[in-house]
Amino acid sequence: MDFEAATAPSLAMSQGPASSDVKSEVKKPKKKKVLLMGKSGSGKSSMRSIIFSNYIARDTRRLGATIDIDLSHVKFLGNLTLNLWDCGGQEAFMENYLSQQRVHVFSNVGVLIYVFDIESRDVDRDMATYVSVMSALTQFSPTAKVYVLIHKMDLIMTHVREAVFMERVRLVRQKTAEFVQGSGFNREVDLTPFATSIWDQSLYKAWASIIHDLVPNLSVIESQLESLGILIEAEELLLFERTSFLVVSNWTSSEGQNNPTTDRQERISNILKHFKQSISRFTGTPRNAEQFMLMEHKAGGRFSIFCLKFTTNTYLMVILPPGEARFNAAKMNCQIARESFKFLDGPISGAGQ
Amino acid sequence: MSSRLGGWDITSKLEGIHEGPRRGQSSSLSPAQLNLERVFEQSRQRQQQQKNGPKAPDLPNPGPPTKGKPRLLLMGQRRSGKSSISSVVFHKLPPSETLFLESTARIQKDSMASFMDFQVWDFPGQIDIFENPTFDIDAMFGEIGALIWVIDAQDDYLEAVARLNVTILNLQRTYPNIKIEVFIHKVDGLSDDYKQDIQRDITIRIQDELSDHGFENAPVRFHLTSIYNHSIFEAFSKVIQKLIPRLGSLEAMLTNLCRTCRFEKAYLFDVLSKIYIATDSAPADMASYEICSDYIDVIIDITEVYGSWPRSKGYRESLEGEPWNQKLEDQVASNWAESCMVLSDGNRPIMLREVDKYLALVAIMKEDSYDKMPLVNMNVEVVVDGLKEFFEITKPK
Repeated sequence: MDFEAATAPSLAMSQGPASSDVKSEVKKPKKKKVLLMGKSGSGKSSMRSIIFSNYIARDTRRLGATIDIDLSHVKFLGNLTLNLWDCGGQEAFMENYLSQQRVHVFSNVGVLIYVFDIESRDVDRDMATYVSVMSALTQFSPTAKVYVLIHKMDLIMTHVREAVFMERVRLVRQKTAEFVQGSGFNREVDLTPFATSIWDQSLYKAWASIIHDLVPNLSVIESQLESLGILIEAEELLLFERTSFLVVSNWTSSEGQNNPTTDRQERISNILKHFKQSISRFTGTPRNAEQFMLMEHKAGGRFSIFCLKFTTNTYLMVILPPGEARFNAAKMNCQIARESFKFLDGPISGAGQ
Repeated sequence: MSSRLGGWDITSKLEGIHEGPRRGQSSSLSPAQLNLERVFEQSRQRQQQQKNGPKAPDLPNPGPPTKGKPRLLLMGQRRSGKSSISSVVFHKLPPSETLFLESTARIQKDSMASFMDFQVWDFPGQIDIFENPTFDIDAMFGEIGALIWVIDAQDDYLEAVARLNVTILNLQRTYPNIKIEVFIHKVDGLSDDYKQDIQRDITIRIQDELSDHGFENAPVRFHLTSIYNHSIFEAFSKVIQKLIPRLGSLEAMLTNLCRTCRFEKAYLFDVLSKIYIATDSAPADMASYEICSDYIDVIIDITEVYGSWPRSKGYRESLEGEPWNQKLEDQVASNWAESCMVLSDGNRPIMLREVDKYLALVAIMKEDSYDKMPLVNMNVEVVVDGLKEFFEITKPK
């Protein structure tokens, strides 16, 4: 059986692969896949549209069921292309992936994102499917990382949310452990769970963390952010990817770590993404287009903040203590620092390591 | 209450009265003390009022009543959407959740701590106040600012119009100054033509009835509204603007600012309710109102994330040391929030400036004018001072 969804033309993808363990060869190395799987209707395509296509949560109602596999190449930070396979979750398709297309789907996978619908009535069946997917995955891509998203958490009442989530995670872990023992798979399965919902910032938290693990040169970015942050006396620096507005990397000063709002990165992503929609409505420009160049806010004697277009693919947000001179100096310094972050746009080899 | 846009932090230590018991430094005032403070303030105002004698009679419109708070009465048939309106506008309830609101059984009185401290009274639709002797009509309508009558446009509105007519006729005899605002509500989903038809029909029915009884030019206005878009805020803005004495001078100030700084559009917002209380003379369009109102949301949200926790003392001291050697208070240019965002579309900046605890000035600027920001800030500063003076003068004494 062949794909109905045509492969998106993957233009000009420079040679850099996502993961560093593939040696650069003369031939283009195959890009590692990101598989998005889960039961039909669990919300895979919705979250993909929100994160990468700037949909707002309401708009995802318009999405139909994904037929077979929806392939997309998401350009991220210039040197990282996500080879995203959104796998339609209806049982007929699932069976197909696990049998005829087994090698095709499960080979060369970098990351598996498995989505569970918390409202699902047939948990046992979900788990059985999950285990078969895991068996296929461990067979063809034993090194793949696994993220488990327990989705639609907004449907659970707030006070029991944590407990329901922990219980479901325990079940998934138990099934995974049983499977590992039964199959004699000789490695630990690296599994990271998240509770998500498209109606709040939890989705950004999960995806930011997934992306965070995929970005090459992360240590370089982090150390450079740190030196910039110290230099300009910042409280916090957040580096956003341009279209998805996910936090790629961040640095927080020791004082900034006392901020009681722990989910602030996701919240800021969410806030700015929503405002981008408003701007696009106002200016009549397409949703995915770049919407603003600079934002600054001086909150009297409390703090100052600015967010500027940094490199071609990133925005930098800087949270500073109050002070006019400090603010202007920091803005200037960040513009100068652009040069040192140029490698974010180029192919992987350009980075000085 | 502390500023939601971020300003007023350092000074708040000096003027702790304005700060709620939320923040560390200013938590010394207990609610009881705050209450005392308010009682004192009220009695002082009352004394002053007696001293000044009756209010000067030369105001062009009667303006807010001289005692108490201006009152907005929400009336209309049951299930026409009165409680939904007040929840969405004044309590920030998401419109989709108004489905779960219970029907209102008794008069719901809400007091809005806002720039002009008005009250919103939500009336249950099933009660006819003129037939029920337990209601003190005089107490109810004596201090009223405006009567808002909500009509469900998606329902058969003949009965609603008939009741509205009875109400207007009853009120016109005793309180001819009451402004009546008719919200033709739930118009989302109706076609533009149909909306106009309904509005025309309702207007004619009411005006005919009134002129039959000898009331020409009764102060009745009509608004098309829906809670699912910004139209309800726009309508409320117009209602509130009617209650502001000498609105003309306020608008003139903004128009002047727009001309001097080449703003495309400027709005003076009540931050809490997102109602604009004045704008310049350029025609107001929904799009610019929306973006300005959404920008306030962005700033409120960001301030909540980063401005709501107190930094440690040692940290503040280190910021005042080398190389700045200046008190933090002296390092900031303005104690009030100043913000701006440059859109990619034509490099157009949107600027925001906090005026006081309740008000913010938001303006859409001309293309490529970010470089002139310092100059603009200076001009805005002057206008903000003017606005403050304005509110000081027109404050009900």
